[in-house]
Amino acid sequence: MALLSKKDANLILDPLADNNPITIQVLGICSALAITAELKASVVMAISVIFVLGIGNVVISLLRNVIPSKIRIIVQLIVVATLVIIVDQVLKAFAYELSKTLSVFVGLIITNCIIMGRFEAFALGNGPWKAFLDGIGNALGYGVILIIVGFFRELLGSGTLFGIPVLGDPIAKTGLYAIGYENNGFMIIPPAALIVVGIIIWVQRSRNKALIEEA
Amino acid sequence: MGIKEKLHQLKLKYQGKKMAPAFNALHTFLYTPNETTHSGGHVRAADDLKRTMNTVIMALIPCLLFGIFNAGYQHYSAINGFPADFSVMEHFITWDNFWLGAITVLPLVIVSYGVGLIIEFIFAVIKGHEVEEGYLVTGMLVPLIVPIDTPLWMLAVAVAFGVIIGKEVFGGTGMNILNPALTIRAFLFFAYPTWMSGDKVWVHGAKEGLTKAGSTDAISGETILGYLAQGNTSDFTYSLSDMFFGFIPGSVGETSTFLILLGGLFLVFSKIASWRIMLSAVLGALAMGLIFNGIVEFGWIPEYSKFYGLMQFDFWKHLIVGGLAFGIVYMATDPVTGSQTNRGKWIYGFLIGFLSVMIRVFNPGYPEGVFLAILLMNVFAPTIDHYVIRGNVRRRMKRLKNATILPKISDGKAKELKVETV
Repeated sequence: MALLSKKDANLILDPLADNNPITIQVLGICSALAITAELKASVVMAISVIFVLGIGNVVISLLRNVIPSKIRIIVQLIVVATLVIIVDQVLKAFAYELSKTLSVFVGLIITNCIIMGRFEAFALGNGPWKAFLDGIGNALGYGVILIIVGFFRELLGSGTLFGIPVLGDPIAKTGLYAIGYENNGFMIIPPAALIVVGIIIWVQRSRNKALIEEA
Repeated sequence: MGIKEKLHQLKLKYQGKKMAPAFNALHTFLYTPNETTHSGGHVRAADDLKRTMNTVIMALIPCLLFGIFNAGYQHYSAINGFPADFSVMEHFITWDNFWLGAITVLPLVIVSYGVGLIIEFIFAVIKGHEVEEGYLVTGMLVPLIVPIDTPLWMLAVAVAFGVIIGKEVFGGTGMNILNPALTIRAFLFFAYPTWMSGDKVWVHGAKEGLTKAGSTDAISGETILGYLAQGNTSDFTYSLSDMFFGFIPGSVGETSTFLILLGGLFLVFSKIASWRIMLSAVLGALAMGLIFNGIVEFGWIPEYSKFYGLMQFDFWKHLIVGGLAFGIVYMATDPVTGSQTNRGKWIYGFLIGFLSVMIRVFNPGYPEGVFLAILLMNVFAPTIDHYVIRGNVRRRMKRLKNATILPKISDGKAKELKVETV
């Protein structure tokens, strides 16, 4: 029994790989660079965007026939701003430390190109169920890349995963550090995220040649 | 049957196979291939890519040898104290110095070449093109611009990063935007700053806490720039001739301005490197140095400022300390990443010198800026060339507009002239 029709399933699966918002459309790069130094922050950011985009897409889709097209951007902004404020407040209430790490970047979900892009390109022209799947799919595609980047940056940059040391203790010189290994400070700074994203794009394109544009 | 014929027969056997590029690389490195043109109206010149690279390596060998001796000299002098009446033959060119330098510097060279060439070979085999000679120079530059005690695995990681991200992703030799050797240096600097800066990394053994002879003081080997960045103004233990001839701590092969100067002249006269870039970079560095000296002269900066020490440093002395000379002669002149137009080369070089000294003075973490300045200008080089060419086109358009062109009698009507550009 198929839970979703093939078309609906593609709405979720496409953005995960062949139409990934970050690696193919190159949207939402700013937050991918800024908050991926730690895996935990990446995961929370991914969940926040899934929430905002999933619900936002449904709301816009429901309102699509009543929004005058001249002011649709303003309406979209209000919807996304409301949702982002909810996320922000929840984080401040239940995960204060984390919300400090994410700082302005939760607020900046409002300006994340992926969200406005999906509202404009999909939610305004499709029903709520399809819009919901599309929102979840794109946010997942975004989140997957964030988590991959966060994984490598935290592992190589700090030697930890979710804040737990996995390579040994750099000060007491145990584990890998005993044989002279050192954390790579370059991975902590945002340009490293650009390079990791670049490598993901490279791997993806060499696996699927159809993605390469003609020069 | 000589090696040459044997290699040639093997080459025919491997033709069309996957490993062919790797084999061909070895073959052309040793001998001229048989497929070269022997007759006909072709321009034939000896200075192909391989010869160009080898010429640069020849210019680098004196720096490498000096670096080997200097490694030993700095190490033993830090332990036993600098000799009072220094003589080159007695204190510098000794077996002890050479031996210590050889066992610390040569591993850097081997790792640099080993890792870099393996990656080049792998990429050549995957992509099915011939191995390019571009890495020959990079592989020699890298060990010369890192501190002596750089751990070998760090160097290996950095070389892999520099060759793959700095060069291969752009399409290999000749397509890279950034100088690969400097990409490697920059990667090391940002990834492992504790191994790349400070006063403990420039002398072999200092990082491990080696002590002076007959005392418990740890040895240290501050560079002159590091000393100035601390806010000190004078009283070096090093004389001017030490700085010029290179008997000072620093990265392995960059200390001897004298040998770099000779190498630079060799490159200029063999027409490998551009004298325009070198000269304008020197002028740029002097200009920035003069500005800083002027600021100090006019009393616009208080003595307790943390920039005071470096700002009051005589402007021309910037040329003989740190990596400025090495960067200008061997890195800024890289034909791939530098500007291509003559006017562009003047701008490109001048800004490299100018920015190097500026970054050197204002960089709070690390009093050196040559590699950052060159990398920045590498990025701007195509833009500079673009505007130089556009300016040229505009000038010629204007000349054409003002020119009176007499119609040819045979044509009847003058053809509309088009401007030929570039």
